[in-house]
Amino acid sequence: MAAVQETIDQVKSIDVTEYKYGFITEIEVDKPAKGLTEDTVRYISARKNEPAWMLEWRLDAFRRWKTMTEPAWSRVNYPPIDYQELYYYAAPKKGASPKSLDEVDPAILDAYKKLGIPLSEQEILAGVAPENRVAVDAVFDSVSVVTTFKKELAQAGVIFCSISDAIQEHPELVRKYLATVVPVTDNYFATLNCAVFTDGSFVYIPKGVRCPMELSTYFRINEQNTGQFERTLIIADEGSYVSYLEGCTAPKRDENQLHAAVVELIALDDAEIKYSTVQNWYPGDAEGKGGIYNFVTKRGDCRGKNSKISWTQVETGSAITWKYPSCILRGDGSRGEFYSIAVSNGAQQVDSGTKMIHLGKNTTSKIIAKGIAAGKSDSTYRGMVSAHRKATGARNFTNCDSLLIGDQCGAHTIPYIEAKTATAVFEHEATTSKIGEDQMFYCQQRGLSEEEAVALIVNGFVKEVLQQLPMEFAVEAQKLISISLEGSVG
Amino acid sequence: MLEIRNLVVKIADEDKQILNGLNLTVNDGEVAAIMGPNGSGKSTLSYVIAGKEDYEVLDGEILLNGENVLEMEADARAAAGIFLAFQYPLEIPGVATMTFLKAAMNAQRKARGEAELLTPDFIKQVNAAADALSIDKAMLRRPLNVGFSGGEKKRMEILQMALLQPSMCILDETDSGLDIDALRIVAEGVNALRDKSRGFLVITHYQRLLDHIIPDTVHVMSKGRIVKTGGKELALELEKSGYAAYGEAA
Ligand SMILES: Nc1ncnc2c1ncn2[C@@H]1O[C@H](COP(=O)(O)OP(=O)(O)OP(=O)(O)O)[C@@H](O)[C@H]1O
Ligand SMILES: [Mg+2]
Repeated sequence: MAAVQETIDQVKSIDVTEYKYGFITEIEVDKPAKGLTEDTVRYISARKNEPAWMLEWRLDAFRRWKTMTEPAWSRVNYPPIDYQELYYYAAPKKGASPKSLDEVDPAILDAYKKLGIPLSEQEILAGVAPENRVAVDAVFDSVSVVTTFKKELAQAGVIFCSISDAIQEHPELVRKYLATVVPVTDNYFATLNCAVFTDGSFVYIPKGVRCPMELSTYFRINEQNTGQFERTLIIADEGSYVSYLEGCTAPKRDENQLHAAVVELIALDDAEIKYSTVQNWYPGDAEGKGGIYNFVTKRGDCRGKNSKISWTQVETGSAITWKYPSCILRGDGSRGEFYSIAVSNGAQQVDSGTKMIHLGKNTTSKIIAKGIAAGKSDSTYRGMVSAHRKATGARNFTNCDSLLIGDQCGAHTIPYIEAKTATAVFEHEATTSKIGEDQMFYCQQRGLSEEEAVALIVNGFVKEVLQQLPMEFAVEAQKLISISLEGSVG
Repeated sequence: MLEIRNLVVKIADEDKQILNGLNLTVNDGEVAAIMGPNGSGKSTLSYVIAGKEDYEVLDGEILLNGENVLEMEADARAAAGIFLAFQYPLEIPGVATMTFLKAAMNAQRKARGEAELLTPDFIKQVNAAADALSIDKAMLRRPLNVGFSGGEKKRMEILQMALLQPSMCILDETDSGLDIDALRIVAEGVNALRDKSRGFLVITHYQRLLDHIIPDTVHVMSKGRIVKTGGKELALELEKSGYAAYGEAA
């Protein structure tokens, strides 16, 4: 019960109404004029000193985006987004494109420290055994401020840097793989991202290399009315392995902020990518004021035979989540996994799920999705499993459970199943359970406090997914879930 | 010792009064039975003692060993020694019975300022209690009460009672849903807990439970009041003549 106890202590030490990461960092920033035109795209590209091919690619995407319309099929409601009222780029003025940590604005380093992410390698090294080290790429608004342990990683041949640096230093890799998993015109938000993406991480693991440490990117949106358009590209070459973790927070603001990311993963023959997310964007207040609009396209391509991609996500934040990390199982014998915990409280709206697209022979996939809805929130799991005509022997197992806390929230499960080969075996299990006041009273009658009871029930519910996260993040995630649900019963 | 004086209770959100000046004392070491027609307020009384929030206490007091429990939250009352075996035990999805038992025991220990239970000691205690109640160990790994049969749920309530060692045990129709053998097993479980420092309030409709758990006193409840108190023979009398004598339709 140590973990449960820890959760409770954590919950108690926190002011319920305060989103812990809601502080604002006061720094001077460079911003273009508000709004989105070709000039905005040119501005971003110029600020990043991008080669001509990159600018052309962006402009092409922008022109296509202008012909597209925002999708309306998801179960989320929000007032129309005025794309001309947003800023598309914000970079700290002081120490722009820093070469080392010394050049980074101390206010930013301080912000990361407050978030519990030390960026100084000495500091990281001090307390941590080598096998537990995590290399971090820190993205603040539109730019990557620092990437740690680059040298150590380079010795293993691993490239871990910001996508901006990758465009400069490894253009051949970027050109070879960018938008090969999520095509430029895949969807409205993805196309927008292509036009105005600002920063994100780039990872390349060479043939046969097992990445010597966990890699992670920490996204922070600070500036007001500024969209964050992150772009991440991870390539695991033949026989390689990498585990990558993404974390996100944003200040507490009354306006909604837009986050439209594209993440592409590519696993070649026998390679494995494990991608974990702990998403804790500001969710808005209990009435639904403020919070992040999170419209994200994440997709992995198991391009090689026997390759494997697994997505693990813990989603507690955002006012609106629209997100379907998917796997294209192209290589014969490849495997896709999706483990998800989506927690919603207050007025949050979640429409999330996954797609497993079986194209190769004997491909397998597994989906474990746990949705917890409390308060007046609304949570939808949307999952698609399909098998192509040639995907003989495809197998999928889906388990999708919802837990409702209180009686003002909603949970929905929308599975789409499509098998074009008779040899496919798809299994689907779904349950919905509810914690009401009567259950809470029962637990309290046995001596558990309300917080202990919620933590106990919720931990039991999400255990299977938390086990997929690297240890230290699992503990973090567990705390986060309890905090998100604080005050949700009675 | 449990003392209830002039308890007047209504449903919190409604204008419906259920308990109308109820008086009742259960001494340490006493087994008191409450019988009474459907809807007379027996379960309500048990909930109010345990601290359920759906009710509003308009008057009166409930004292446990001289201390007013009405000011306490339900979990504090549990730690103070009040245990309610529910008429309809609730299902707790996703939480293995074992995990729940340990959390409950430790929560109460903590509230009383005692150290956490060591896992081997806990397992020993649970196994012994489960054996005594003929509860299959495999059931302890399943989520608490989820998919348990009616009788299994009732047995699980008694298992929890045995582990938590409360000083005031309230059993609300624990006999309903039990087959003949289970009734005997559960009654033996209860009898094993009879002790001079522990009081019992046994709510039941049938003499057959009281054949096994022989009460010291029997109270008749009607329309939210205790209307008659007697010895164990009172239950036999009720079995014969019903509640007509107490102003209730037979
Ligand atoms: N939450 C509630 N809302 C409305 N009415 C209630 C509520 N709880 C209890 N009652 C009513 O109060 C009365 C007493 O109910 P209670 O469950 O205490 O009776 P009981 O003596 O336990 O009956 P039984 O023998 O059938 O178990 C009933 O008329 C019942 O409908
Ligand atoms: Mg009853």
